[in-house]
Amino acid sequence: MSIAVITFPGSNCDRDCVHVLRDVVGAPVKAIFHKETSLDGVTGVVVPGGFSYGDYLRAGALAKVSPIMGALKRFADGGGPVLGICNGFQILCESGLLPGALILNSKLQFISRWVEMRVENAQTLFTDAMWQGQIVRMPMAHAEGCFVAEPEVIAALERNRQVVFRYVAPIRDDAPNGNPNGSTNAIAGIINERGNVLGLMPHPDRSAEEFLGSSDGLTIFRSFAEAALGASRILHQP
Amino acid sequence: MKSKVIVTFKPGVLDPQGRAIQQLLAQHGYSQIKDVRVGKLIEFELDGVDSAQARTLLAEVSEQVLANPIIETFRIETE
Repeated sequence: MSIAVITFPGSNCDRDCVHVLRDVVGAPVKAIFHKETSLDGVTGVVVPGGFSYGDYLRAGALAKVSPIMGALKRFADGGGPVLGICNGFQILCESGLLPGALILNSKLQFISRWVEMRVENAQTLFTDAMWQGQIVRMPMAHAEGCFVAEPEVIAALERNRQVVFRYVAPIRDDAPNGNPNGSTNAIAGIINERGNVLGLMPHPDRSAEEFLGSSDGLTIFRSFAEAALGASRILHQP
Repeated sequence: MKSKVIVTFKPGVLDPQGRAIQQLLAQHGYSQIKDVRVGKLIEFELDGVDSAQARTLLAEVSEQVLANPIIETFRIETE
């Protein structure tokens, strides 16, 4: 029983995710390469950030046809918890595990800064240790994070409470814009209808230890690891 | 055989690159240009297929990889 972090060519946050899970959360974790085709013995999967396949064609477009993706789809379809961060979120959307698409930021820029988000649904397996309406702080670093979908898909996401994180105007930052990338309804992170696949653009892996400036992201990893493994298998209790 | 797939944003999908180009051109006096949409042109060299087979094959890869049906459409041009 362990959590898998998938490395694609161009992933660059895979080791950060392994570090957080293994060293901070204290969970059994293994890094697996995208060429593997099995997730046997895996009870949770992280699709990490980075620039899989150099973002060629579209961010996440080529990763979705990687050999591991068949096993990942079966894992998610079976209800296994999947966390997609940044490029991982893009890959999950491209592969159809999450609805919608992530396109170029509205101001055409790569944005690397801290953002604040409101927890819109604290009853998911990823956010059950947060509280409804809590403001969390994490860094974002992406060029394609503008979430778009058909209006009826957006309406369904809102109605079903699948919008889990929404950008809000920062309270500790000079930037006045609470929606840095132009996302529809300022959506920063969504969950699938079944509630086992979460994708978000900001980085919980880069905000999982206080010395980094925030440990809000650790809450997501801890809840996710508990759901994947059971609380008794996590070594470092809060 | 040479073939092309042209991928473009669906109508209504925000195209910030197209908008930036249109605004720049307007600033340079090209006020006739009201809308600009940026797409992708992908060229192929195929072997051992006729034109109809090339279209079928390229439609398949376009649907699977080259275009994201949520935001994009594609068209195929063969010789």
